[in-house]
Amino acid sequence: MQIYLPIAEVSVNAFTLTGLGGLVGLMSGLFGVGGGFLITPLLFFIGIPPAIAVATGANQVVASSVSGVLAHVKRKTVDFRMGGVLLAGGLVGSWMGVWVFTILQEVGQVDLVVQLCYVVFLGLIGAMMLQESLRALRRSKNPTYRKRLHQHMWVHRWPVKMKFRSSGLYISIFPPLMVGVAVGVLAAIMGVGGGFIMVPAMIYLLGMPTKVVVGTSLFQITFVTAFTTLMHAISYNTVDIMLAVLLIVGGVIGAQIGTTLGAKLRAEQLRILLALLVLLVCGKLALDLFLRPDELYSISVGER
Amino acid sequence: MRGLFAVAMSLCLCGGAALAQQGAGSTVPLESADQGYPLYPHPGLARVEPIETRHTPPEQVVAGLSRDSVAITASFDGSEILIYGAVKRETPIPEGDPLQVVVTVEAPAQPLTIWRKDRKVGIWINSESVDVGAAPGFYAVATSGPLDDILDPAFDNRYRISLPLALRAFGGEVNVDDVVPYTEALVRLRTQNGLYRLDEGSVKVVDQTLFRADVRLPANLIEGNYKTRIFLLRGGEVVDMYLAPIEVRKVGLERWLYRLAFDQPLIYGLMSLLVAVAAGWGASEAFRKLRRA
Repeated sequence: MQIYLPIAEVSVNAFTLTGLGGLVGLMSGLFGVGGGFLITPLLFFIGIPPAIAVATGANQVVASSVSGVLAHVKRKTVDFRMGGVLLAGGLVGSWMGVWVFTILQEVGQVDLVVQLCYVVFLGLIGAMMLQESLRALRRSKNPTYRKRLHQHMWVHRWPVKMKFRSSGLYISIFPPLMVGVAVGVLAAIMGVGGGFIMVPAMIYLLGMPTKVVVGTSLFQITFVTAFTTLMHAISYNTVDIMLAVLLIVGGVIGAQIGTTLGAKLRAEQLRILLALLVLLVCGKLALDLFLRPDELYSISVGER
Repeated sequence: MRGLFAVAMSLCLCGGAALAQQGAGSTVPLESADQGYPLYPHPGLARVEPIETRHTPPEQVVAGLSRDSVAITASFDGSEILIYGAVKRETPIPEGDPLQVVVTVEAPAQPLTIWRKDRKVGIWINSESVDVGAAPGFYAVATSGPLDDILDPAFDNRYRISLPLALRAFGGEVNVDDVVPYTEALVRLRTQNGLYRLDEGSVKVVDQTLFRADVRLPANLIEGNYKTRIFLLRGGEVVDMYLAPIEVRKVGLERWLYRLAFDQPLIYGLMSLLVAVAAGWGASEAFRKLRRA
């Protein structure tokens, strides 16, 4: 069934889009990532103009993360206080990122910077997670090993300390604030919610327990992507609601299935899966950068 | 087609080079200035249609379109337009080359940039670009025979019939050595997407008098005033031309959403968010009930 998108001005297959949304929703529920890092490139691929893909992708992420975060709230696996601090940083970062994005667009290097960001971050994070979760898996087979609650780094001892009860942490608010800003900047430039950076950052940099990480990350993503959607709609008119609805229908269902599935799988297995997924996307993007492309030319419509 | 393409490309090149010397906004004189029409006018200026005013041509087109407007609805999946007509003449059918017909349908022109990737420090990045002041978003040429055989390049230049010539005006300064590969790439990419089309032999001509052409508009249409041109050709020369507009508009829900997005972006943005939140919450509740049951 073909459907014409009013803002994107292209005609696409409705079932393809719903399926795409479902797949990404599944990831969202399973791993606590918004799925933006998958949906945005996939939308490019089926011929949606990049600016519209980014803005509408953000809107779809809002829906799937609301669906996911509600499920986590019911299971009491959201650290609202930590989420709030991360969010404050995220909004500032997102605003800064959109400003950088506009500049990059003017010089025609958005694609490159976005791809480089993906390759570098996905590569680093994927490798780190894979190594860590493999080690954890090995340890779990050896019951004599006792893990410390979390590592205290020097940044955690900075002033303005705060108690994050759900996470069992008593650390300075600066590290989470900085993580929030950094993720916000990257999120806006890469057109994603930033969950795939946030989740490892929360585990490895902030030392949060894996149990609350997914819910808290989804909580923050919901608000950051809502903010991004609104900003894109107001300043660039690039949110296509028809496209969003199709993606959302698939997405919310996928997210619910993902959350249910996630509760049944073990945390280490989950992390290995996410690490492999991250490395896969990274490898694909790196190849695109280093191999000679089939088509050297590209067209961007509009005044420069 | 090959030869014509080369001619067209070399003209593009001349136009671009000359424009670079004179700066933007100038009309570029031809190498053969006696032809007296601007090859690459400023994109802001409307294209001047050369009209034969000296005398009434011996053969004239009388034509009609199966529809003069296309409504884009939510389920819009392209549209078929039948262009039909006849040749009006006071004298008997001339001897010599048979009558040929070329039909073009074009979308409103948009400015665009063509980027070229180059290898720098091991990675492929967009390095050089050419701005095209105005290129139609859709352009279809239907002919009654091979375009190279039935159309004289001079007339092609004058009426800008073939694909490469339909691109106009390199905006701003051209700072690449050779614009030919860029325009070639544009035509190639858009031909792959079905946005630019050359259908040779698809116009049916009966007894040098009646003709019909079926032009399919793709699903990926942009709004605007489209233009249909019908050319009568004899011995490579354009004998007469007929112009007809086609109005392409969004209707119903499509129109409403589009207007809302541009006129009330805040309300539109909030509505998008509301839809997203409602869907997310709805699915969460629905699944909870489902699990309990």
